[in-house]
Amino acid sequence: MLIDYLPILMLALFAVLFAAINLALTHILGPKRPTRAKLSVYESGVRPVGDARQRFTIRFDLIAMLFIIFDIEVVFLYPWAVVFKKFSAESGLFILVEMLVFIGILLLGYIYAWKKGGLSWD
Amino acid sequence: MMAACDNVASGSGKTMFFAEGALSNPLGPYRRMGLPLNVLLLSSIVKILIIAHLLLIGVMAMIWAERRISGWMQDRLGPNRVGFQGLLQPIADGIKFLLKEDLIPNHVDKPLYVLAPAMLLIPAMLTIAVVPFGGSIEIAGHTIPLQIADINIGILYILAITSLGVYGVVLGAWASNNKYSLLGGLRSSAQMISYELTLGLAIIGVLMLTVVEQGGSALSLREIAKSQGKNLWNWNFLIHFPAFLAFTTAMFAETNRLPFDLAEAEQELVAGYHTEYSSMKFAMFFMAEYMNMIVGSAVTVTLFLGGWHFFGLENVGGPILSGLISFGIFFAKTAIFLFVFIWVRWTLPRFRYDQLMNLGWKFLLPVALSSIVVTGFLWVTTDGNKLLIGIGNVVAAFIVISVVGGLLVMNKPPEVSTPEIAGLDTLESEGSS
Repeated sequence: MLIDYLPILMLALFAVLFAAINLALTHILGPKRPTRAKLSVYESGVRPVGDARQRFTIRFDLIAMLFIIFDIEVVFLYPWAVVFKKFSAESGLFILVEMLVFIGILLLGYIYAWKKGGLSWD
Repeated sequence: MMAACDNVASGSGKTMFFAEGALSNPLGPYRRMGLPLNVLLLSSIVKILIIAHLLLIGVMAMIWAERRISGWMQDRLGPNRVGFQGLLQPIADGIKFLLKEDLIPNHVDKPLYVLAPAMLLIPAMLTIAVVPFGGSIEIAGHTIPLQIADINIGILYILAITSLGVYGVVLGAWASNNKYSLLGGLRSSAQMISYELTLGLAIIGVLMLTVVEQGGSALSLREIAKSQGKNLWNWNFLIHFPAFLAFTTAMFAETNRLPFDLAEAEQELVAGYHTEYSSMKFAMFFMAEYMNMIVGSAVTVTLFLGGWHFFGLENVGGPILSGLISFGIFFAKTAIFLFVFIWVRWTLPRFRYDQLMNLGWKFLLPVALSSIVVTGFLWVTTDGNKLLIGIGNVVAAFIVISVVGGLLVMNKPPEVSTPEIAGLDTLESEGSS
């Protein structure tokens, strides 16, 4: 079924070309009149103090961590959803109970994260 | 790039050999590969050129529509001078962007700074590849599906490619080396990954009930649109109403639109992650945002609003006309959804960041999860009664929202008492005097 992906590759070529042409054209066509003020950091006219790449709040890191955990759980649900109808016709409640156990564990982790304050932002 | 294309093309020669046999049995497992290679290539090129240009024209139309409709909603005119009713305004804007100075400030990380707009724009354009924008057209005995690529993992492809867009935002913000940019990029990435969970979970209920033909895949967007059928009461947005709302909300957050545009909240962060960008590079960020909106609407229409179906109207006419009509239906539905994007922008005020995180993690996530559990439970116990599943989903979402809301109200930290603030006041007045 690799042939199905050929049009995507062609579209990717189109998209890359489009982006590259845009970047190149604006570079060629635009005037070049740099001044010191233009080339400095924009901070609403205030003289910038220090580098921008400083420490940032740990919350962002925490969100990224929680995202990875929960997103992997979501990924596990996808194959289950695809075969759900077929399996439920054969084995009835079994596939549902399996998923309920899985979501139950997911829910426990979710409640724990909530209790620990991982989901609140203040 | 061309070499890679050739490789795939020559590697597929063997597969095409099998497809010849499948032609005699159109319902066989290889039915989607029934096109000879030259027809496939030609039709793909035509479709890509049409759709990609339509996307670009759509971006221009959206920019015009957004400004005119915003003007209408705020009781002012909006741009109406360039061309009829200002229709040529986006083209004038584009020319101006091209001719502006391509400034690269001293303090930026040059390669990443230049690459970031492209890294946002390319995934935005690529997502449209798997969206079916109509039924099919019959030309010279070949049935050509109106879709650039009907791959059997369409949904996974969309989720994968849209999340690549985060890199453009983060790298653009980081490379700019500007405090506004960095804060905007951080906010935007945290927001996008938070709502991606809801986006992924809300689709699962739809996948569970998708009826696939022999040899099809429930993850293919064409199969999902087909299985909804022509009648409005069978479309997924009624059966999975809470999931539909959660999906739409997450879509707004993913595209950084108001009420979720904290990444570029003008009052605090100037322009957010693209503060340091100028000329066409700045325009590319905007184009990517509008493309994401258009593709997002198209995906929502496919998943929840019946795709190109509309009470059998899509079957009227001959093999070519019916294809065009189905495309028109899809186009109209997407356009209506895009209007909702603009409408919401001028209806809802922007969220605070903690409210945004609360909505994503504490409301939408449990609602999407409850939708999966209820759909599965009712499917098994009621023998697949869709009316009951629809009602059950709404009731479950209502219960979840009440419980979460109750918990939040109960655990609300006590208000800061007045004496402490009074102390602050005296400090300030002492300092000033």
